[in-house]
Amino acid sequence: MGVIYILLTISIIVAIIFFVAFIVSVKNGQYDDIYTPSVRMLFDDEIVKKTKKDPSTSAKTKQS
Amino acid sequence: MIIESTCYHCGSNCDKFVVAFDQKEFCCNGCKTVYEIFSSHDLSCYYDLQSTPGSIPKEIEGKFDYLDNKAIAQKLIEFSNNDIQIITLYIPHIHCSSCIWILENLNKLQSNIVVSQVDFPKKNVRITFNSAHVSLKEIANLLTRIGYEPYISLDDFSEGKKKMDRSLIYKLGIASFAFGNIMFLSFPEYFEISEYWLEKYKYLFRWLMFVFSLPVVLYAAKDYFISAYKGLRSRILNIDVPIVLGILVLFFRSTLEIIFNWGTGFFDSLTGLIFFLLLGKFFQQKTYSFLSFERDYKSYFPIAVTRIAFHKNKKTEENIQVYDIKKGDRLLIRHEELIPVDAILINGNAQVDYSFVTGESESVSKKSGDQIFAGGKQLYGAIEIEATKSVKQSYLTQLWSNDIFNNNRSLVFNNLTDSISKYFTIVILCIAIFSTTFWLFIDSSKAIHVFTAVLIIACPCALALTRPFALGNMLRIFGRNKFYLKNIDVIERLANIDTVIFDKTGTITINKKSDIDYCGLQLTVDEKLLLKNTLRSSNHPLSRALYNMLAEQEIITLDEYQEHLGKGIEARLKDHSIKVGSANFIGSSSIKKEQNTTVHISTNNTYKGYFTFHNRYRKGVKKLFDTLDKTYDLSILSGDNTGEKKYLKQLLPKHTSLFFDQKPENKLRHIKYLQENHKNVLMIGDGLNDAGALAQSDVGIAISENVNVFSPACDGILDATKFEWLHKYLNASKSTMKIIRSSFILSFLYNLIGLYFAVTGQLSPVIAAILMPLSSISIVIYVTLLTNWEGRKLA
Repeated sequence: MGVIYILLTISIIVAIIFFVAFIVSVKNGQYDDIYTPSVRMLFDDEIVKKTKKDPSTSAKTKQS
Repeated sequence: MIIESTCYHCGSNCDKFVVAFDQKEFCCNGCKTVYEIFSSHDLSCYYDLQSTPGSIPKEIEGKFDYLDNKAIAQKLIEFSNNDIQIITLYIPHIHCSSCIWILENLNKLQSNIVVSQVDFPKKNVRITFNSAHVSLKEIANLLTRIGYEPYISLDDFSEGKKKMDRSLIYKLGIASFAFGNIMFLSFPEYFEISEYWLEKYKYLFRWLMFVFSLPVVLYAAKDYFISAYKGLRSRILNIDVPIVLGILVLFFRSTLEIIFNWGTGFFDSLTGLIFFLLLGKFFQQKTYSFLSFERDYKSYFPIAVTRIAFHKNKKTEENIQVYDIKKGDRLLIRHEELIPVDAILINGNAQVDYSFVTGESESVSKKSGDQIFAGGKQLYGAIEIEATKSVKQSYLTQLWSNDIFNNNRSLVFNNLTDSISKYFTIVILCIAIFSTTFWLFIDSSKAIHVFTAVLIIACPCALALTRPFALGNMLRIFGRNKFYLKNIDVIERLANIDTVIFDKTGTITINKKSDIDYCGLQLTVDEKLLLKNTLRSSNHPLSRALYNMLAEQEIITLDEYQEHLGKGIEARLKDHSIKVGSANFIGSSSIKKEQNTTVHISTNNTYKGYFTFHNRYRKGVKKLFDTLDKTYDLSILSGDNTGEKKYLKQLLPKHTSLFFDQKPENKLRHIKYLQENHKNVLMIGDGLNDAGALAQSDVGIAISENVNVFSPACDGILDATKFEWLHKYLNASKSTMKIIRSSFILSFLYNLIGLYFAVTGQLSPVIAAILMPLSSISIVIYVTLLTNWEGRKLA
C-alpha cells in the first residue's frame, strides 16, 4: 500500500508545479493586459505578407 | 442630391474640398500625407483591418521640442541602458485593431525603433528604441505625423509610477488551488465508506487538508482580518466581523477535530468560503484602465514650456520644465497651447479660452499688460507672457489645496451591507449563546459543538457576495452604456441622491457649437456677399463660426482688408465698405448692451445690426430636467454671466434654482451648505472649475465629449451622447439597491435552514459543504439575472 504515498506525492508535486507556473505568469504581467494579445494574434498573416514582398513590386493588389 | 464623400483616412465628411490621391478621397492634405506615408512603406494594410481608422494629424511645429531637454526626457523614459531606451506613451487616439497594428509596426517607418507594443485597454504604446540614432522628439513627431499624437502632461512627471497591484489575483489563485485540492481529499469521507485503505490513510488526508488550508487562512483571507480589526477598533460591526468569526471558528474547530480524531473538519467549507468571497471582490473590481478618476490640474497642464531668454541682447528660446518657471520669466505660448502660470501679457494678441477653467462660454481677448490666469488656452497665434507667480502658487492650482481633495470619502461612507451586518452579528451571537445554554442542560457534550456550528453556518457568505456581484454587474452594464464609474460604492450613493446640480458651460451646453441669431436691418445681396468674403480671411473663432453659418457666396477678391485684432475687421469692395466687430469698434452709440457675445455690422458707416451667439444646449436637456424634476431638487451652478438666465428660466422647470457668476470655491461652498442641510447631492460638471464641487458632492459626475481627453477628478464619467439618459442611470441604481435588499431576504432564508441544522446539533461537514456553495452560487445567479434584466432598460 506504499504506492499511495508515491501517488500522493506525485499528484501534489504536479499540482504545485502548475500552481507555481500560474504565480510566475501573473508576476510576469501576463494578466495585466488581457485584451491586446487577442487582437495581435490575428495580425501575423499581414505582417508575413508584407515582409515577404519585395518593396519594388508592391502593387496595390490584395491577396486574400 | 450630392453624394457626400468621406475621407478614406479619417472618415470625416469632405464638405467642399476633396483631396483626391491614388483614386481615394481625402478631407485634407494632412490625411492624404498620412496615407502617402503608409502606402509608401507598405503599410496600407492599415486600411484593410478597419475602415477609416485614422485621425487628422495635428500641427506639430515645435510642440515636442522640449523632449530634447535631457532632464525632461529622463523623467519620461522608464528604462535606459547604453543606447537602448524604453518609453511608454499614452495615445488617446488608440481605438481599433488597425491602431494596434500600425503602432506595432512602427519599425517599418523608423528602423531605429526596435519593438513597439500596444496595451489597448490602457491606450499605451511601449516603444523600445535606439537612442543613438533616433531621439525621443523624433519618435513623438513621427507618431503625431501619422495621427497618433502622444499625450504628455505634467502628470507623467510625478515620481514613481504606480505599480500594478496583483495581490488579489495571487490570493484568488491560492484560494482556488487549495479549495480544489481539499475537495478532492475530502471527497472519500463524504460518503462515510469504511473501507480498509480509507480508514488507514484518512489521517494523512486530513493533515494534508490542514496544510493546504494554512496559506488560505494566513494569506488569502488577510484582508478580512485587517478590515474586521479596523472596524472593531472604530466600534463598527462591519460585514467582515461575522466573516472573520466564521473563518476562525471553522479553522480552529477543524484543527481540533483532526487532532483529537473527532472527524474530518470543515476545511472544504473554509477554503470554499474564502474562495467565493475573493471571487466577489475580484468581480467588483472592474477598472477602466484607460480612464482616470483621480486627475487634477497636473494631467491638464503641459510638461514643459518655452522660455525666452536674453543673451547679450540676443533672443533665445529654451525649453524648461513647468515647475521651473520663476516669477519674472518670459514665456512663449504658441497657438493652441495652455497658459501654465498666472502672468502678464507682454506681446501679441491673446484670445484666451477659459471655458474649462471658469465656465465662461466665450473666449476673452487680452491686451498687452493685461493679467492672464493659468489654465486658459491661447486660441490663435503666439503670445509672449511674463510669469507673475510660480505654477504651484497660481490661482487655479490653489484650488487643489482645499481639504476636500485630501480626504477619502469611501472611508466615511457606510454601505448597506455594513449597516445590516451590525444587527446580523448581534442576532447570530444571541442565537449561538441561547442554543449553547439550551444544550448545556440537555446534553452538555454537544454544547460546544452547537456553538461553533451556529457561527460556522451563519457566516454571511451569501450576504457578503450579494453587493459585489449586483453592483459589479451594474457597473459593467453602465460601462457598456458609456457611463463609467469609479467603483461600486458610487452606484449605492447614486441611489440615495435627492438633489442634482448641473454646471452650465460644457455640461448642459455644447462647448464648440453655438446658435447664431441676426437682429437688425435686412442685409442686401451685395452686403451678404461682402460680409461672407470679409469673414473668409479672418481666423478669429467668431469669424469662423459666423462664416460657417452664412449661406454660400461667390468668392471675390476684396479691394481692401484690414483686421484690427481684438476689435474687428474692416473691408472695402469698390464703393462698398463694411465693418464687422465689437460694439465699440463699430462706434454706434445706439447699440444696446447684450450679455451674450455679439458681432456688430455696419456698411458704408451706417449701423445694420448684430449677430448674437447663443449657447447651444444639449439634446434633450428640457426633457431630462422635466423628468428629474419629479423626484429631485434641481439647480444650475454656472461660472458664466447671467446672459442666458432668461432663456434658461423659460426652458427649465419652475423650481430649478439658477446661480450665475459662481467661482470654483463658491460652487464647493454651495454644495457643502446643501449637505449640511442633509441633502445628498449629485454634481454634474465638466471643467476644472467644477473640480472642487465634484469632489465635495456625494457623487460627482463629469460629462465628457471624448472620454479619452482630460476630465477632472470625479466619481464617474458620462459620455456626452448619453447625457439625456441620466435619469435612467439614476433609476437603475435605485433598482439595483432594491435587488440587493430582496436578495438579502433570500440569504437570510438560507441562514435559517442552516441554523436549523446547527441548533439541533446535526451539522455535519457534508451539509456545510453543500449548503455553503449552494447558497452563494444561487445568490450570485439571482442578482446577476435581475441586474441584467434591469440593465436592458438602459440600452
